[in-house]
Amino acid sequence: MAATPGPFGEAFRLIAGLEPDLVEIVLLSLQVTVTAVALSAAAGLPLGATLAVARFPGRGAAVTLVNSLMGLPPVVVGLGVYLMLSSSGPLGPLQLLYTPVAMIIAQTILVVPIVAALTRQTVEDLDAEIGDQLTLFGLGPLARGATLLWEGRMSLVTALLAGFGRAIAEVGAVIIVGGNINHVTRTMTTAIALETSKGDLALAMGLGIILLAMAIAINAAVVALGRPSSAERRT
Amino acid sequence: MTGKDPAQGSGAPVLPIRGEGLVVERGGARLIDGIDIKIGLAHGVSVILGPNGAGKSLLLRLLANLVQPDRGRVTWAGVAADRARATRVGFVLQRPAMLRRSVLANIAFALAAGGIRGAEQQRLARKAIETANLGHLAERAACALSGGEQQRVALARALAPSPEVLLLDEPSANLDPASVAALEAMILRAAGTTPVVLVTHDLAQARRVANRVLFMHKGRILERTGRELFFDKPQTPEAEAFLRGEIVL
Repeated sequence: MAATPGPFGEAFRLIAGLEPDLVEIVLLSLQVTVTAVALSAAAGLPLGATLAVARFPGRGAAVTLVNSLMGLPPVVVGLGVYLMLSSSGPLGPLQLLYTPVAMIIAQTILVVPIVAALTRQTVEDLDAEIGDQLTLFGLGPLARGATLLWEGRMSLVTALLAGFGRAIAEVGAVIIVGGNINHVTRTMTTAIALETSKGDLALAMGLGIILLAMAIAINAAVVALGRPSSAERRT
Repeated sequence: MTGKDPAQGSGAPVLPIRGEGLVVERGGARLIDGIDIKIGLAHGVSVILGPNGAGKSLLLRLLANLVQPDRGRVTWAGVAADRARATRVGFVLQRPAMLRRSVLANIAFALAAGGIRGAEQQRLARKAIETANLGHLAERAACALSGGEQQRVALARALAPSPEVLLLDEPSANLDPASVAALEAMILRAAGTTPVVLVTHDLAQARRVANRVLFMHKGRILERTGRELFFDKPQTPEAEAFLRGEIVL
């Protein structure tokens, strides 16, 4: 009689066999996180660039605030979004609680400060390096900000990948506002937590392996983007 | 927008550039001490000469509207300097600031900033590159070039929109002799049609390229004279001491 495969073997079998439940969870996780990162880029890039080049009263406090928000506790974000979206909250009539949209909102709130803070630092450093030249080109504030963002594009992709890494691995906020509902709001992290508590280690480990692979791939991408290009190495 | 005449790329003229009663103070020290200066239409190279810390680069940055004076004012063609005419004043920084794109794209960017786009932009960018003998580097990443090559790109980029005046802030500092020679050849060629103001503390370079010399010391212009007169018969003790190599700040 063939030996029963252990949780590891079963986990690999689920991955290799593209088990439908596993695929559904992975796809929902990616859909939620990619959307949140896209929204965070739309808000965080201009916010970071503005903080870098604009001079206004309270700028120092704003920079400190954005930097501090990078360490937002996910469960606190989850609680805040829950209170906003619950039936007695100001956005209750929209009935978004326990939907993927609620999870996207929570993840966006977590990622925007990361993108904005890293963008601010990147753009500020670039402005110190080429800001005089941009002034000599006669660029207005908008063109200046857009040029600095474009010049820092490789570093900013790294910032977005850092945000993606934070969001895809996050569990505290999405479990509060998503509710971990099967086939609706079950993501990789919430499924791992649930399946582990149920003792179904195979699915939990399968999802864990995929999550780890994603984390390694993201870090590899960050390292690759940080390397000088072949043209830059020709000096 | 296409086909814009580069001579009219950014509209109104900037010459003469005047600085009147310019004063800059930092930390209680007067870095620019009541300077009046005019850059007129005359072609050739005016060299602002002086020891380190004399205020030469700061004066040039004031004239280019990169720095605002604490007192006094800078006017371009009689009115306050403004962003709209920025590319009419060609300026090369001591440390070239290259955009992270190709040499050709760097120059095209300067032309676009001057309001020149489309086919005319590409034509003028190619022309500027060829004039600077940089054709073989056109598609290379500008940030990856050597210091001398970057400075030649910076000069070509400043010249591409056909500025009315060219301001150069120690562009050959830290370059090897061959790069200095290539840069000076470009400067002298440009000076045939454009007023050039060159800041340097290099006496040999001033002897090679200057038509006129403005000697600065401690935030003031002490002498304004022709090259021969300055080097043969300096009029102030400070200039004499500088030429003897005795003033080092």
